[in-house]
Amino acid sequence: MSESIDTHELDVLVIGAGGAGLSAAISAAERDVSVGVVCKSLLGKAHTVMAEGGIAAALGNVAPADDWKSHFLDTMKGGWGLNDPRMAEIHAKESPERVRTLQEWGALFDRTDDGKISQRPFGGHRYDRLAHVGDRTGLEMIRTLQDKTVAEGIDVYQECTTTHLLLDGDQVAGALGVWRDDGSPILFRSKAVILATGGLGQCYRITSNSWEYTADGHAMALRAGAALVDMAFVQFHPTGMVWPKSVQGTLVTEGVRGEGGILLNSEDERFMFDYVPDAYEGSVAPTVEEADRWVAGDRDARPPPELLTRDVVARAILSEVSAGRGSPHGGVFLDIANQRSTEYIQEKLPAMVHQFRELAEIDITEDPMEVFPTCHYMMGGIRVDPETQETAVPGLYASGEVAGGLHGANRLGGNSLSDLLVFGNRAGHAAGDRAEGMDTFPPIDDEDVTNKLNSLEAPFEREDGTDPYALHAELQTVMEEYVGIMRDDDRLTTGIERLEDLAERAANTATDGSRAYNPGWEKCFAVRHLVEAGLAIAHAARERTESRGAHTRIDYPEPDEELERVEFAISLVGGEIDIAREAVPAPREELREMLQADTGEEETQ
Amino acid sequence: MSTQTEGQPPAEEATTEEQSDEPTGDRDPETDTTTYTLEVYRGDGEDGELVTYDVPIQAGMVLLDALHWIQANRQPDLAVRWNCKSGRCGSCSMEIDGMPSLSCMKRMSEYDADTPIRVTPMRAFPVVKDLVCDVSWNYEVNAEIEPFTPAPDADFTFYQPDVERSREFRRCIECFLCQDVCHVLREHDKKDAYAGPRYLVRSAGLHFHPEDTADRTEWMKEDAGVGYCNITHCCSDVCPEDIEITDNAIIPQKERVVDEYYDPLAQIKRKLSDVWS
Repeated sequence: MSESIDTHELDVLVIGAGGAGLSAAISAAERDVSVGVVCKSLLGKAHTVMAEGGIAAALGNVAPADDWKSHFLDTMKGGWGLNDPRMAEIHAKESPERVRTLQEWGALFDRTDDGKISQRPFGGHRYDRLAHVGDRTGLEMIRTLQDKTVAEGIDVYQECTTTHLLLDGDQVAGALGVWRDDGSPILFRSKAVILATGGLGQCYRITSNSWEYTADGHAMALRAGAALVDMAFVQFHPTGMVWPKSVQGTLVTEGVRGEGGILLNSEDERFMFDYVPDAYEGSVAPTVEEADRWVAGDRDARPPPELLTRDVVARAILSEVSAGRGSPHGGVFLDIANQRSTEYIQEKLPAMVHQFRELAEIDITEDPMEVFPTCHYMMGGIRVDPETQETAVPGLYASGEVAGGLHGANRLGGNSLSDLLVFGNRAGHAAGDRAEGMDTFPPIDDEDVTNKLNSLEAPFEREDGTDPYALHAELQTVMEEYVGIMRDDDRLTTGIERLEDLAERAANTATDGSRAYNPGWEKCFAVRHLVEAGLAIAHAARERTESRGAHTRIDYPEPDEELERVEFAISLVGGEIDIAREAVPAPREELREMLQADTGEEETQ
Repeated sequence: MSTQTEGQPPAEEATTEEQSDEPTGDRDPETDTTTYTLEVYRGDGEDGELVTYDVPIQAGMVLLDALHWIQANRQPDLAVRWNCKSGRCGSCSMEIDGMPSLSCMKRMSEYDADTPIRVTPMRAFPVVKDLVCDVSWNYEVNAEIEPFTPAPDADFTFYQPDVERSREFRRCIECFLCQDVCHVLREHDKKDAYAGPRYLVRSAGLHFHPEDTADRTEWMKEDAGVGYCNITHCCSDVCPEDIEITDNAIIPQKERVVDEYYDPLAQIKRKLSDVWS
């Protein structure tokens, strides 16, 4: 069977062409190996393009006191201590070099007055740390990586959906997918495979994630034998658009608050002052006057509470709306118009001005925006080795959003783009090294390939199968209602029952039309991945009987010290979900001492 | 004069009624929707037709929402490209009443509910299926452009005004609407001779990068065929990022080609250096 399939031998196969995938491909190609990137959309359209705020890296260009240690400590604090400390250390140490490398590849960052890469403040970062390109940092990053990928002659298989990993015993042997344009199968034989498939935002109805983010990597890795960690921690970005309904969930960058935007309820109260958690008491401005001084550039002042971490701000907005103090369309107000001049807003936030003008007919230099939390990012993901990003499956690597560990219970803004660069690079090198050391491609099991192809074809054969569009909509409703921002045991238990029912129906979807560019058919495999990821989230959330970071339990409203260094690892055992309670790796001595000594306050500059 | 791009459907098509249970243009107060009629191209490069769909539209919906409604309720295999749904990624390019547009940025309220809206694929490229075109030619052109080339000793110290010179061009989201509307590519199908506005924007972005040292003038003249542009500004008009493609990207590069190849003094200088070398 597999002889007749369009087959490609690539030493290193990268699945996904966002920031992590392209970084990985470029770094793998530095070794003496053949490298290919496969992506569902056209090259350059991955979600990285949407990133607005910037790349967190302790360059120290604006705040000379900044260093990797401060970045490490901020990341650990933002993640409520659940982060893998070695990953957080590597990330903090290597991100400045990755930003400089991106600049050498042509990325044009905004500048300081002395001609260096400028850096802007962001929630949870104690220093001005985000290298940025206006509010279009992601576009600059993806274009730079895309150009570098092309210049290096790396093969790109665009509009090609990967559906299955192939194994040889317990090691990876390749991947199977379909060309979207004609629906024909494609088989990759590879010595190493890097998953860089991004997130799973399509689990939720209100999301900033596009159609592509359907947990493909999570589901493929689970089936191949890897484990998922920290799946309870779904980041709801506090500021998504709420109106018009059709753009509900579209992101409003944290940069608006970084540039001085404030949050107001319907009673015109700046409510964030009432929601400062104990851990951040003393590190945010207690008064409007001090917050204003910080916005004006006085770095002796402390930042406004609007720049608290995303989990805190999202919960505060939810509380205000629940208490009846919401805006007309069920959000709260985000106002920059009265904080900054029109010219300043147009210069610093051009994409936001454009987005609101075109989609909501609102001029944000004149009027406030309405915002509400939107599903944005998955902190959890595939468990990887911090040094190499290898999963439990030999030869299978994961980097970027699909990997877990770096962000713990909550990710800081700006730490995603740096994550993509740092760990994409590491995964690429490690996968390249592995492939260089192998003489032959692992064998492919033809019968396995045939079975997998048959399962892909099945939706065309079924007479009375489930409609994948309706199933996807139902999944989103279930996740919102039972596995949303506010959780409790009853809801999660009901959610799991509903998801198990959905899983059965997701295995029985039907579609028609031709194989060519058929989104209904593609949704049949995507929705299975999403239901599996939804189950992983719900199980992890039910096990985690505490509130920490992005995970909020109404029945356990406080963090539980017992769970401070505990992670729940989800794997498939005999086709059933298995949940293991495990210890988060302990920090090495130097890091432990740093964490104990950290007060979270700025050093005197 | 208009020639047909290979793989593109003929411009005029028979219309079939898919369903029409609600009178077009009426507002339903219960669901707060207004019914619009869309005529959507269905087919491949060889064979296709416009199919009529009546779609209930709520306030604020964009044309891409209407297409998604058709997928979920009428035609699950309708092929449409999209990603960000907020004008950032440039995926959902198509032609709406013949106008090259990003469907995610076209609010339905811009259109008259009493008149059918015609939705067709970009005409300058071969159709794969329905509203999806084969845009791979663009990626081939892109690969021929000499990439960013800093000096070996570049120290990357430069200032905000240096950055601003290139920034307009780097806003490009690669939606290919400029390529679609350009008559050199659309009507005359000169893809073998002209790189199109998108790639003159890219080379301008590289040229104005403060650390770039490559000279792309020969590429611009010989391969990119910058001379084919006759400054009709159509590309600038359709650019969703408001890049002044013709005035700021193409004309300065035309001038550079003229300076280098047709300026009499430069020609003498080049001849002399040929003699002496």
